[in-house]
Amino acid sequence: MRIERRLRQPRWLLFAVPVGSVLAALVLAGIVLLATGHNPGSAYRKLFDAAFLSSGSIGQTLISATPLAFTGLAAAAAFRMRLFNIGGEGQLYLGSIAGAAAGLYIGGLGWSQPLVIAAMVIAGAAGGAAWASIPGVLRAFFKTNEIITSLMLNYVAGYLLTYLVFNAHSYWRQNSGFDASVFPTSKTVPPNAFWPGWQWAMQGGILVPLGAFLAIATAVVLWLLYTRTRFGFEAQVLGDSPRAALYAGMRTRRKILAVMAISGAIAGIGGASQVGDFAHQLDADPNGLQKQFYGYTGIVVAALGRYNPFAVVLCAFLIGGLQNAGNTLQGADFPSGLVGVMQGIILFCVLGGEVLVRNRIRFGRAAAPEAPIPLETAA
Amino acid sequence: MSNNAILIVVIASGIAYGTPLLYASLGELLAERSGVLNLGVEGMMLVGAVMGFWTVNRLHTNDGLVLAAAIGVAAVAGAAMALIHAFLVITLRASQIVSGLALTIFAGAAGLSSYLGNDLNLADNPANHQFKPIFPSSMQNWKIVGPILFGQDALVYASWVLVIAVWFYLSRTRPGLNVRAVGESPATADSMGIDVTRYRYLHTLAGGALAGIGGATFTLAITPQWVSGITGGAGWIAIALVIFAFWRPELCLVGAYFFGALQALAPELQARQINLGPTSLWTNSLPYLATVFVLVLVSQSGARRRLGAPAALGVPYVREDR
Repeated sequence: MRIERRLRQPRWLLFAVPVGSVLAALVLAGIVLLATGHNPGSAYRKLFDAAFLSSGSIGQTLISATPLAFTGLAAAAAFRMRLFNIGGEGQLYLGSIAGAAAGLYIGGLGWSQPLVIAAMVIAGAAGGAAWASIPGVLRAFFKTNEIITSLMLNYVAGYLLTYLVFNAHSYWRQNSGFDASVFPTSKTVPPNAFWPGWQWAMQGGILVPLGAFLAIATAVVLWLLYTRTRFGFEAQVLGDSPRAALYAGMRTRRKILAVMAISGAIAGIGGASQVGDFAHQLDADPNGLQKQFYGYTGIVVAALGRYNPFAVVLCAFLIGGLQNAGNTLQGADFPSGLVGVMQGIILFCVLGGEVLVRNRIRFGRAAAPEAPIPLETAA
Repeated sequence: MSNNAILIVVIASGIAYGTPLLYASLGELLAERSGVLNLGVEGMMLVGAVMGFWTVNRLHTNDGLVLAAAIGVAAVAGAAMALIHAFLVITLRASQIVSGLALTIFAGAAGLSSYLGNDLNLADNPANHQFKPIFPSSMQNWKIVGPILFGQDALVYASWVLVIAVWFYLSRTRPGLNVRAVGESPATADSMGIDVTRYRYLHTLAGGALAGIGGATFTLAITPQWVSGITGGAGWIAIALVIFAFWRPELCLVGAYFFGALQALAPELQARQINLGPTSLWTNSLPYLATVFVLVLVSQSGARRRLGAPAALGVPYVREDR
């Protein structure tokens, strides 16, 4: 088997690879199911039912898809520049801590709902950006590997989140009332800090959360930033060839700091949406938000969407369906952990598929050289 | 100083907690010395942990045989995970970073290890067999050296042998020198007649096997039970350890015990009811924050080459580009 570089990358492959990856993942995960004595057919029927087909399933899928769209966009924003921010998980937590604080405080002041929502979004973005800036600064000024530092901070953020409600009488914890004395709980934000949703008359009424619209808006902004501004162009050059960027006089440090902060801010808005759209309080339970692994799954979403913001949002919906099915279905036909297995296989297939986009694989020994590109089509 | 003093206890249990880090980091070191960065250590450790635990609860003969089989199964499971990574990055030349992340997601806390743990009904059972201290208790009670040197189990002593073996292999044997050549300059190694692909495959697999054993150390020795995500980021700390250790096995041992001691500190302070501010927060976070801190210290100098990073680390080898 030989692998040769393609001189031309066919456009159809760019679409075929993600689609093929998902299909291949279904086949491979089916083999895992068969090997462990399950029936893939009924598992998949249940999966699609729970994810997209049964009554109310799309509404449930949106609950998983919304945070995944944010963490996916966060990963895409950084990975595009070859900055491997895998701290989306922790940045999401910090966003929800800051977003909840804003909701509790500013909501408590009695401001109008739109202003409170705006404050929560800004606070969430600031919280996520601040947390992401730690690996950002370390990478920019000390050349410290951002993969490990951003990942380590996920654990710290998780402990911080749990600590705030379970081990301290913090601002976020419900400190009065009978229930609070029995079991630690978080304060619920006032009603003017609840994010509105849009009712969609399908499947018996689907509530599309405000966060989903914010995620789409974020995708548009990110796309404009990367394709229509000087900043985006320089970030791309820096990712593809740091040396070329250096010789062209681009400011590497600033770009690293800015991209990490942007990436963290996007994940942080996802955290604020957790408070405003869904939980209406800080979800600090170690078996709650922290068991969803939205930050890590965001990496799968970003890679499947080939780091294109619009494709990332679409993939978030798809993977969100998978995640939702994993949450609702637990049992003999659908063992827990299957979702992670499938997500991992999807990522493997996307990676293998990337190789097909860039190279052609020939079987047999002697390979004819690829025909030169005719000038007209190359131009 | 009594054997109950906090310093002695933290050092002794630091060695125990550091042992999985040591196995995993020695494995990662072998893979990286051949030029393959594998960020999937956490996933490989978890699959090793769950399969090792499954073995001890499946087999019913004497302790020694069962535990040896469990370590073997854990090693094979870890190597099988590494094979996926090896195929993607060595044969298909995919991005080593993304492939490693994919391996962690595939095999990790929410993936295959948890799937296997649930499917084989392993949670909520204690281990039927576990590693215990091998020296008689009279020796374990010796002052200071007793708990530290003689209170450990066989996995700890085996890891000391392994450190020496890896050191000897990499610096004193022909294949070991070949590995280093492959990691520093695969094109040169290739023209010397060294099979780059084969060396990289074998060392990535060896890395996976050691990560699997490291994971099994958790479920067979430290906390003999299966809990999803039991390694708690140890795989990532092991990757960082290889950097702190400047890619040298003997320094992996020092680093592993340092981080082991940091992990041992939190339960020890809690058990003694010593409260220093928000104790549960900072002691739990300490190993992770220390990883960040030490990583900053070693990356300060900027000259990673001088520190011993293999020059071709993370770069796929394409013979046609030579």
